[in-house]
Amino acid sequence: MEPIKTLRSTTVVMPSTNIDTDQIIPARYLTVTTKTGLGQALFADLRYAADGTPKPDFVLNRPEAAGSRILVAGHNFGCGSSREHAPWALHDYGFRAVVSSAIADIFKSNALKNGLLPVIVDPATHRWLVEHPGAEVTIDLETTELALPDGRRVTFPIDRFARHCLLNGIDELGYLRAQLPAIERYEAAHGR
Amino acid sequence: MPARTMFEKVWAAHEVVPETPDTPAVLYIDLHLTHEVTSPQAFALLRAQGLKIRRPDRTLATLDHSTPTRTEQIFGDEPIGPTDAARQVHQLEANAKEFGVELYGLRDPRRGIVHVIGPEQGHTRPGMTIVCGDSHTSTHGALGALAFGIGTTEVGHVLATQCLLQRKPKTLAIEVGGRLGAGVTAKDLILAIIGRIGVSGGTGYVLEYRGPAITALSMAERMTVCNMSIEAGARAGLIAPDEVTLAYLAERPHQPRPEDFDAAAAGWRALASDPGAAFDARVEIDASALEPMITYGTNPGMVLPIGGAIPGERGDPVLERALAYMGFHGGEPMLGKRVDVVFVGSCTNGRLEDLQATAKILRGRRVAPGVRMLVVPGSQQVKREAEALGLADVFREAGAEWRESGCSMCLGMNGDTVPAGATAVSTSNRNFEGRQGVGARTLLASPYTAAACAVTGRITDPRDLL
Repeated sequence: MEPIKTLRSTTVVMPSTNIDTDQIIPARYLTVTTKTGLGQALFADLRYAADGTPKPDFVLNRPEAAGSRILVAGHNFGCGSSREHAPWALHDYGFRAVVSSAIADIFKSNALKNGLLPVIVDPATHRWLVEHPGAEVTIDLETTELALPDGRRVTFPIDRFARHCLLNGIDELGYLRAQLPAIERYEAAHGR
Repeated sequence: MPARTMFEKVWAAHEVVPETPDTPAVLYIDLHLTHEVTSPQAFALLRAQGLKIRRPDRTLATLDHSTPTRTEQIFGDEPIGPTDAARQVHQLEANAKEFGVELYGLRDPRRGIVHVIGPEQGHTRPGMTIVCGDSHTSTHGALGALAFGIGTTEVGHVLATQCLLQRKPKTLAIEVGGRLGAGVTAKDLILAIIGRIGVSGGTGYVLEYRGPAITALSMAERMTVCNMSIEAGARAGLIAPDEVTLAYLAERPHQPRPEDFDAAAAGWRALASDPGAAFDARVEIDASALEPMITYGTNPGMVLPIGGAIPGERGDPVLERALAYMGFHGGEPMLGKRVDVVFVGSCTNGRLEDLQATAKILRGRRVAPGVRMLVVPGSQQVKREAEALGLADVFREAGAEWRESGCSMCLGMNGDTVPAGATAVSTSNRNFEGRQGVGARTLLASPYTAAACAVTGRITDPRDLL
């Protein structure tokens, strides 16, 4: 996994609350056996008309959204299913961070393992971001701060271990496999 | 030792390495359930890194999500369906063989929805940690197991190490007093709970359902309640094992040896939260005051008593968008609205008791003209039991379709879908936009309510037909 330290980008805003994983990637796109190319299916039902053509009024289909790497979304983003296809699709599309006032647990866990930063900000900052689509913001994972265009900086919470792995491009499985002696001791001691 | 909650007891018993501010806990996983949709990339990772499954004996696979439910496709010559769905099914068959995992395959009499077969076959036991690449893994908490959904990367972690890196969640006690009235079910209870605490009210928590209305529930009903914990944002829900749990476990195909059962049972009984154990938060609900519930919007928290009117506050963009999608207007009553499709099944309400409730309403009645009704058993065992009891005949005679087991119309990725613009009353767990098909409109309700709506073709209070 490539390390992430800072991220500077204009934002795309999807203000709806409770954007669930079925909206992020509908189940009919889950019949894959790989994780590549899912960006095509990102927000498919919102993004494409029934004939497959892009809906011009959907935010990702507007010219100003091109190249954005930061999605600002409404409260409780990523609720619903555990499908990791959701962060895979967001990452494959080009996003590297999702900013919201609340992010669902399983989605957050999955995002952290795929180089997609779940950034939770206070309601006032969130409101400002929602009201200023296209704002250029900087997310600094080292200082765990999000900087607004006027220079204001707000800190965001992120699990220390996940941050360490993201900053250094460490694969969590490697860390976990290094615990195998402890796992074997546990199994022996607990009759597993 | 200080008073501990059930969650704390199960967590502590599975801590291989405790968490620190810098590192998460290494948590041991007793049982890993897998299915065809969220496992292929995890097996590919193992293959790419040259790793084996560390404990194939603690891993069980089944086919449910993209697996079709039409008999001709399971037992006949018809192809499974879309090429990629078929590829996914065959990939799990190949992976199970290559890595030495037991698979309840397409024609196996033990096959079914992963959260139905775990408890049914006796794999799920109190005090276990159980994970699966599926958010409704919370179902197994009904037996007092700490069970939660994980992503595919974590599926790979468990396959390779039998452990997960986890931060300890907080605890939320849901105290349910009173007793459910006639025609009011566990599904109505959990919908009411989600309506109360909201779809993100449980985020960061493990829920423990407690109180007289919970202990009065059967195992199937407890599974319905725990199943939908994730719809309140909670990864797991727990119910303390009691005599109902023990009686259920004693009848399972897999269970401790007879000479070990009593010792195991003593351990299971001791899992209940100690008197005075502190929860991080607490909510109280009176079951006696509940009525049959039905959703009106596009998440499970948008729910009301079936006799109620759709909320109509102006200026709430979330509500307005949901009502526009559903084709509803604020202030309208739910009763009497037209229904096009009725789906009974899923890991929420696909057990024998759910089918018995459905048959109770359908017996001697017909599905209304113009309504399509699909009844899908949660497992092949449920199917056989329903057929032996004559329930399948009731469904067929009423004009409903009777299928092989699987997730079916709950998530519409196996050929069973709701058409765009059609209104479906479903016993499943999610009424998200597009969940049952592009443009499909889903109303979540109990099997009683679903069956009553099928008979009348309108939203109907099931108590009128019981």
